[in-house]
Amino acid sequence: MDPFTNSLTMDKPCPQSLLDTGVQGSISRPFDRVDGPKKVSGKATYAAEYDVPDLAYGFLVGSRIGAGRVVSIDADAVRSLPGVIDVVTDFDRFIRVAGQGGETEAPTQGVKTITSRGEIIAIVVAETYEAARDAALQLPVNYEREGGAFDFAAHRNEANAPPDGVTPAHASQGDIEKAMAEADVSIDVTYVTPSQNSAAMEPHASIAVWEQDGSLTLYGAYQMPTSDASQLADALGLPSEKVRIISRYIGGGFGSKLGIAPESVAAAIAAKQIGRPVKAVMARQQVFEATVRRSNTEQRLRLAATADGTLTAIGHESLVSNQPGEDFFEPVGIGTHMIYAAENRLITHEQVPLNFVLSGSMRAPGEAVGMVGLECAMDELAEQLGMDPIELRRINDTSIDPEKGVPFSSRCLTGALDEGARRFGWDRRQAPASRRDGEWWIGMGMASSVRGNMLMESSAKVEIHPDGSATVSSAMTDIGTGSYTILAQIASEILGIPVWQISLSLGDTNDPPAAGSGGSWGAGSSGSAVYLACETLREKLATAMGVETSALTLKDGQAIAANRSQPIGELVGEGIAAVGKIKPGKQEEETTQASFGAHFAEVAVNSVTGEVRVRRMLGVFAAGRVLNAKTARSQCLGGMTFGIGTALTEELVHDRRDGKLVNRDLAEYHIPVNADVPQLDVHFLRERDIHANPIHAKGIGELGISGAAPAIANAIYNACGIRVRDFPITLDKLLAKLPDPN
Amino acid sequence: MQFTINGRAFEADVDIRTSLLDLCREHLDLTGAKKGCDHGQCGACTMLINGRRVNSCLTLAVMHQEDEIITIEGVGDPQGLHPLQHAFVRHDAYQCGYCTPGQICSAIGMLDEIKKGWPSHVSADLSSPVFDDQEISERMSGNLCRCAAYTNVVDAIREVADSAANDRTADEKDKVMADEVMA
Repeated sequence: MDPFTNSLTMDKPCPQSLLDTGVQGSISRPFDRVDGPKKVSGKATYAAEYDVPDLAYGFLVGSRIGAGRVVSIDADAVRSLPGVIDVVTDFDRFIRVAGQGGETEAPTQGVKTITSRGEIIAIVVAETYEAARDAALQLPVNYEREGGAFDFAAHRNEANAPPDGVTPAHASQGDIEKAMAEADVSIDVTYVTPSQNSAAMEPHASIAVWEQDGSLTLYGAYQMPTSDASQLADALGLPSEKVRIISRYIGGGFGSKLGIAPESVAAAIAAKQIGRPVKAVMARQQVFEATVRRSNTEQRLRLAATADGTLTAIGHESLVSNQPGEDFFEPVGIGTHMIYAAENRLITHEQVPLNFVLSGSMRAPGEAVGMVGLECAMDELAEQLGMDPIELRRINDTSIDPEKGVPFSSRCLTGALDEGARRFGWDRRQAPASRRDGEWWIGMGMASSVRGNMLMESSAKVEIHPDGSATVSSAMTDIGTGSYTILAQIASEILGIPVWQISLSLGDTNDPPAAGSGGSWGAGSSGSAVYLACETLREKLATAMGVETSALTLKDGQAIAANRSQPIGELVGEGIAAVGKIKPGKQEEETTQASFGAHFAEVAVNSVTGEVRVRRMLGVFAAGRVLNAKTARSQCLGGMTFGIGTALTEELVHDRRDGKLVNRDLAEYHIPVNADVPQLDVHFLRERDIHANPIHAKGIGELGISGAAPAIANAIYNACGIRVRDFPITLDKLLAKLPDPN
Repeated sequence: MQFTINGRAFEADVDIRTSLLDLCREHLDLTGAKKGCDHGQCGACTMLINGRRVNSCLTLAVMHQEDEIITIEGVGDPQGLHPLQHAFVRHDAYQCGYCTPGQICSAIGMLDEIKKGWPSHVSADLSSPVFDDQEISERMSGNLCRCAAYTNVVDAIREVADSAANDRTADEKDKVMADEVMA
């Protein structure tokens, strides 16, 4: 039987939610992850771990020049090495850069031209991994160096406005110059953040298998399989329906796996050429060099205020970088558009063309680094005003979008600030450089948090089987975010079927298409699709019981109505299925939607060495309905820890001669380790957002990083009185200015 | 070559350049140990060799034909989880799960090191280290987790190693979390 369909476009608010009227008690509960036992026992299957017969191993070859062209590849020099099957390249179809999230066309193709060091130009295929690696490292390639821009400072004057992206490249309102001139108090400072890498623990990996009918099955590590299948098909010159992507388990993404990466196209072309399946896993160094980075930024912050702390102007002008001709720009000012009221506003982005590895999305593109500049500048302004930094933010909170003039769908910024201050003991904060503990200076800092909420077109199928169990299937993914668990909880709550009786199929493009995991839209979008499917199934169950839907109670596998109780499985015949489809609509324009929060940090700065230790951190967040208190908390812990990395350790270093990433591995690119992270606290405020979607939840995965780094930076200032505007705040930037410890 | 892994005998005809990690993942269908960096920098490949934790990407398979090797598959399976595996699930001491087998193998080795009195960088008394959160964090810092479940990793290990009641057991944490968000 064909499944029923239930579609919803979010043109109107959804004040009623079945998640509020369900009685199963599954929603929001801190359930352990349903995929947990597999993950802790090594039974979860990631991209490179499928047991495919007759598999050949591919090892990628990256360019050793930063700009120019490939003159020749001497494949014969390695073809005769033991175990080598072939050296494969395709100067037209290999992708020059990774794909951006959500694109349905192939990223820039053609690898005769080199636009960054490490660009993937060939793949060596062999019977074993060892033979492929050895041959790849020996492969002679002749290059011709030509042009290239490798120094941000030297080329900053060539910056120009990119096409608008998720935020406009340029936006202005009122007259910032006049407001600055007339202000009682003003700030004009420049903050700098370096390039960063998502550094998901699982390297990008593909196993390409060509089927008898000419279609391609690719086991890959992808956040957005539906659009990635289109990208891959376009790159290979196939219709999209001829490409199936399977991504059941993904070892983290953080933006780096939104689009396809070069190993997928290389594996597919090699597999076709040798007539066998090919596995290609990027070496960690290749992940750094040939996927995406977060752009470095240079941010000019101007704030103007009256003596009572009312902001009259906000200026946030950013320089970012990407390869020439690439449109994506780091949307630094995206949070600045909506977080504080101020009549005069100027928010701009200019792109410096550089031959570095492609800039793309990394966890909370925009806010993750944009809030560094804005929230540190707010701290500086508060100090000039002689005002508590929380009070400054409270004064400038707004219920109306300061640029669009529409209301926020829900907004608990002041609530988060106040609750955080109370829980953290903010009243114990002292003046800068006045609190000591042995040889350590101790300080507290805070920052606001904001992340725009998005709804993306998504669908999901839910089936109820005659044995009373249910199955949820969708091309949605779980990249560690908890999708498997929260989708089971949503279905469980509405259908009254226990979570353990719900099985899931995610990450397969043969299932209903979905937007996947990115931009914190996953739970709201896919969760709503599951909700809609269940809504229809609930109606069908009521019909089968012969009662009105409103009279039906579903709990513990029983349908209860009109003094009768019957097993749900008995009402579905051979089984029933429904597909739910959600689409964004007018609510997106009629309200501004975002999650809000506040970060608090206490740090210790060593008075002798300048070493910084984070002692404790608290994040208070309001993101609509929390679907699983445990996985939501973990998402926030992860974001806050990314903030520790941004504040203190993470920096990609580009060689100014050829753009080579000097620190392209996990020993030299310093993500936080266990000893860097204290016990972090997370608290959620109660909130429902009826404008966002029918499940009333907003995005949470990127909220935890927004504002985390500036809270630490502001705490460092409070500890030792040193304002560092060049991130990360490593001890060398503090050492010379440390106050006299006596 | 012949190997003893998880108490089972294996035979494999592999290139002498094959790392212990690649032997397991590519030749013996033991994909529980993960490859995150292949350079001993991330700890995702951690196995126990004769009871000691080792980055299996940094050692050649051919060197370990006489050794007792334990991978995550030998620690426990979904039907019979080891207490640490169970604690990792209860505390959500992971997200994507890719570093998790290495974290768990590493934790088993680490607890044994403390038991034997081996000091660490943070041990105040080098002759008899105490078991506390700081020691766990320090000793687990060779196992990177980009999802950053560190807070929960420490809670999970503490609950298993020190069953004396504390207020950060999984049950206590669940109760606080549920009270916060459930009507």
